[in-house]
Amino acid sequence: MMTAQWLYGLTGCLIVALGLRGALLHDSLLQRIVAINVMGAGVFLLLIAVAYRGPGLAPDPLPHALVLTGIVVAVSATALALALVRRLHAERDDD
Amino acid sequence: MNTASLLVFDALLMLTLVGLAWAALAGSDERLSVILFIAFGLVLAVAWARLLAPDVALAEAAIGAGLSGALLLSAVGSRPRGASRTRASSMQNHTEEGNTRVLQWTITLLCAALAGILAWALLHALDIGPTDMLPQAISANLATSGVSNPVTAVLLNFRAYDTLLELAVLLAAVLGIFALGPATPGYQPAGPVFDGLVRWLVPVLILTAGYLLWVGAHAPGGAFQAGAMLAAAGVVLRLSGRSSIGLPNGLTLRIVMAAGVGMFLLVGLTLLVLGRPFLGYPPAWAGTLILMIETAAMLSIAATLLLAFHGGRPKSHALAARTESANAATSNTCNEEQTP
Repeated sequence: MMTAQWLYGLTGCLIVALGLRGALLHDSLLQRIVAINVMGAGVFLLLIAVAYRGPGLAPDPLPHALVLTGIVVAVSATALALALVRRLHAERDDD
Repeated sequence: MNTASLLVFDALLMLTLVGLAWAALAGSDERLSVILFIAFGLVLAVAWARLLAPDVALAEAAIGAGLSGALLLSAVGSRPRGASRTRASSMQNHTEEGNTRVLQWTITLLCAALAGILAWALLHALDIGPTDMLPQAISANLATSGVSNPVTAVLLNFRAYDTLLELAVLLAAVLGIFALGPATPGYQPAGPVFDGLVRWLVPVLILTAGYLLWVGAHAPGGAFQAGAMLAAAGVVLRLSGRSSIGLPNGLTLRIVMAAGVGMFLLVGLTLLVLGRPFLGYPPAWAGTLILMIETAAMLSIAATLLLAFHGGRPKSHALAARTESANAATSNTCNEEQTP
């Protein structure tokens, strides 16, 4: 077992928890979206850490492909969420 | 580099990452959160490069930090300053404040417990050690996949279903954005310095997109990174206040938006008719088919991301002219009503 895997993996766990806490506790919708993105980044860090095999060795490409898919899905979900937030604020300003 | 200095580098990198994540989520200033989140994404890209995941590093820098950051920043910019603090006065009396504190601590403890469980699962998984069945299957079949970059092989061949559905998710998201209303108004025309930069930057971005698309077959790169580059060219054009940001209008736009899913389905169904499994490319044709799908996917991804940054359906020129004349008519009648 390698120290790098431990270090990056455990950081991933910590970042997932930080992101979830932010998503649950923030008042601002925009900051909640940022928090969910941070949480996603933690999950990606966990996956890439598991894929790592050490210096000079080829890492497992499957988690890499999963994370690539994840990044694109995350940005499209973020875009939709931001459009919803913009619409919500527009509705609120009309009142 | 020796092991000790590498370890110091790892530790510093992870410390920076946790610090940035903490700082991005600590305050109540939205703008600060977004800016720190962009920094977090860029540091994360360094971590991907360190863990030998260059494909992911490129995507993170271009999409995760770059375009997400641009989207979030434009969302902050479109709102008046201080609008996020309207609910700060909701904590009026002490009991309510006490309740909020209890809630905060409960959530913090539960999140810490989650981190603990995840860490336990991770250490357990690392203890067992990696099972190299899947990586071995990938490297054994790489020769017949049509490409030599294993990540592209997984995305476009071995698990092409995943990527097809991912493009469908992108399409669904952009349709949702369309449904929520018209595009936000554009930006002010840029000054001469930025305008000069744009003239250089946009062609370079388009060229880089083409390069990344082509090189993805055997080196880090591919449709996602290339699509993000193309979208970035459009974002730069929009920031400089151009009325045209390179998106087509009407039917052409719709075709470009659906091109990724469409090309995937076309290839898959054609193969099905020819008696092969759905998306089971014949090895001799795999490289060509993957490049065709990736080109269409790149255009779709770029259009989707750019429309997301645009914030809605772009007005067609005819419609824009009609709305403007309607507005002019309304303001005229208002003036006439006010004059007497």
